[in-house]
Amino acid sequence: MPLLDVKNLTLEIDTADGWIKVLDRVSFSIKDKEIRALVGESGSGKSLVVKAIVGALPERWKIKADRMMWQGEDLLNMPQQKRRKITREQIAVVYQNPASSLDPSATLGDQLMEAISKEQLLNCWFWQKQQRRKKIAIAHLHKVGIRDHTNCMASYPHQISDDMCQKFMIALALISKPKLLIADDPTMAMVASTKIQILKLFKHLNQTRDLSILFVSHDLLSIFSMADSLTVLYCGQTVETGRMDRILKRPLHPYTQALLDSAPSFSRGLERKTDLPTLDGSIPPLRHLPIGCRLGPRCPRAQKECVKTPEERRIHEHFYRCHFPIHRPSR
Amino acid sequence: MSALLSVENLNYRHKAKHALFKSKTRPFQLKDVNFSISAGETLAIIGDNGSGKSTLANLLVGVYKPTSGLIKLNEKTLAAKHTKERCLNIRMIFQNTKESINPAMTLGDILDESLVLNTKLSAQERLEQIDKTLRLVGLLPEHRYFYRHKLSDGQLQRIALARALILNPKVIVADEPFAALDPSVRSQTINLFIRLQRELGLGFVFIAHNLGIVRHISDRMVVMQDGRVVESGKTEVLINWPKSEYTKQLIHSYYSLVNGQY
Repeated sequence: MPLLDVKNLTLEIDTADGWIKVLDRVSFSIKDKEIRALVGESGSGKSLVVKAIVGALPERWKIKADRMMWQGEDLLNMPQQKRRKITREQIAVVYQNPASSLDPSATLGDQLMEAISKEQLLNCWFWQKQQRRKKIAIAHLHKVGIRDHTNCMASYPHQISDDMCQKFMIALALISKPKLLIADDPTMAMVASTKIQILKLFKHLNQTRDLSILFVSHDLLSIFSMADSLTVLYCGQTVETGRMDRILKRPLHPYTQALLDSAPSFSRGLERKTDLPTLDGSIPPLRHLPIGCRLGPRCPRAQKECVKTPEERRIHEHFYRCHFPIHRPSR
Repeated sequence: MSALLSVENLNYRHKAKHALFKSKTRPFQLKDVNFSISAGETLAIIGDNGSGKSTLANLLVGVYKPTSGLIKLNEKTLAAKHTKERCLNIRMIFQNTKESINPAMTLGDILDESLVLNTKLSAQERLEQIDKTLRLVGLLPEHRYFYRHKLSDGQLQRIALARALILNPKVIVADEPFAALDPSVRSQTINLFIRLQRELGLGFVFIAHNLGIVRHISDRMVVMQDGRVVESGKTEVLINWPKSEYTKQLIHSYYSLVNGQY
């Protein structure tokens, strides 16, 4: 049984022009101890997926799903309290932009100690509790690689550097001992060496603590180096899902192909200063989403049938949605 | 080949504000920076956060005044007072394109601004120049009437580039122009930069994190750490045979990312 299983998640939001499907039948699942990457460009709805999982969406938006199961329990049809309990205890999120998602008016130490649940302080007397809290907090800071814990705990978010902030956010997420860690763009705008530290940390946690990770990002480089499996989103549609090595070796959807091509690091034989292969145009705004396959107008292989939304097809464990996948020659 | 832009022994010391209780932190220093580029060449500056990359870019365009050292354009020294010459020849693209464009002005007005301030063209000529530049970066003349919220990130990046190009500069300095862009838009922008450089013979100085892009588009490279230049030279040479420990570490970590072994 997968840890989290999302099937045909559809989210409609209310705009001046009526209801718009921002997420259109998104499906993926996360197995135990798996690192799954969710890739997409900005505006593809990555962060909305994250919010839908933890239930942080406004109530007036319509959210539908064939199933959204957390270890066999349906997240959408359970009492609010129970759902909150699950998200509090078993799912943790590292938000985008760590420096701005922390409370600027409290010290980091206070924020970290506040997040420790009561269950972790059960067998000690009330006068020992503060001590215990501090001990747990320090241990977690050490675990994520912050050595100077006194300094870190005493400072405010604006006083520490960005990568330290990021590590702190991870410590904050881990303190409630979650089963699933959702990392929303954790390596944005970082130097390669810091990036590696963070990725190493994730990998380490994944191996030692059996933590499953949903890695949401558009930084292909870090995704390819750590994830086991990959889900590609484009404008709220899942375009391709499958094991990382298979997708890397043979992408089926033209969009995945374009994504892979766009990183100059992967095309070894590329002559310097030559043009990189790209897709024409840019990501359509929400109000002007094309019907059918949303890649349609930009797709080099698009044909008449592409105005119908393609059904999900599969080859072994590799799912894709395209009428004219790359393995088949275009007519 | 003569150098288009060269920098000799550039020093900069960040003056801390006078406070009653002096802070313990040392003021930031940029020490002895030397490099030169010729027309049509690209220079990449890489380094950690706080290594003085952005300071160097700001020094080049004249936001800060250097404590000592020379910045030469076409073998002529650019002193701090030569604002006009600097404005015409060295243009900057800022890190956050979206925030660096005024939301209350149409894009045409924004482009017009730099022409009004720096040239003596008539209104008609300015209009023509704006149209020409917009076409050059792959936009339409109609985009003149748009405000920034109507355009996507990639288009805004083009506007930023148009704003830099409109005065026919010789050098463009860009502070992480590709970092905030999405992959597919990013490669479009890179292609645009390469094409414009080929057509106009621009010198291009840019700050980057992504070594893949650096390797693809730059001719020379400067590696900085704590306000010093650790190493500089041809990109190919530096990436294949790095000398200093710091560069080795950077390149090693990049390759281990690409190969997924760390």
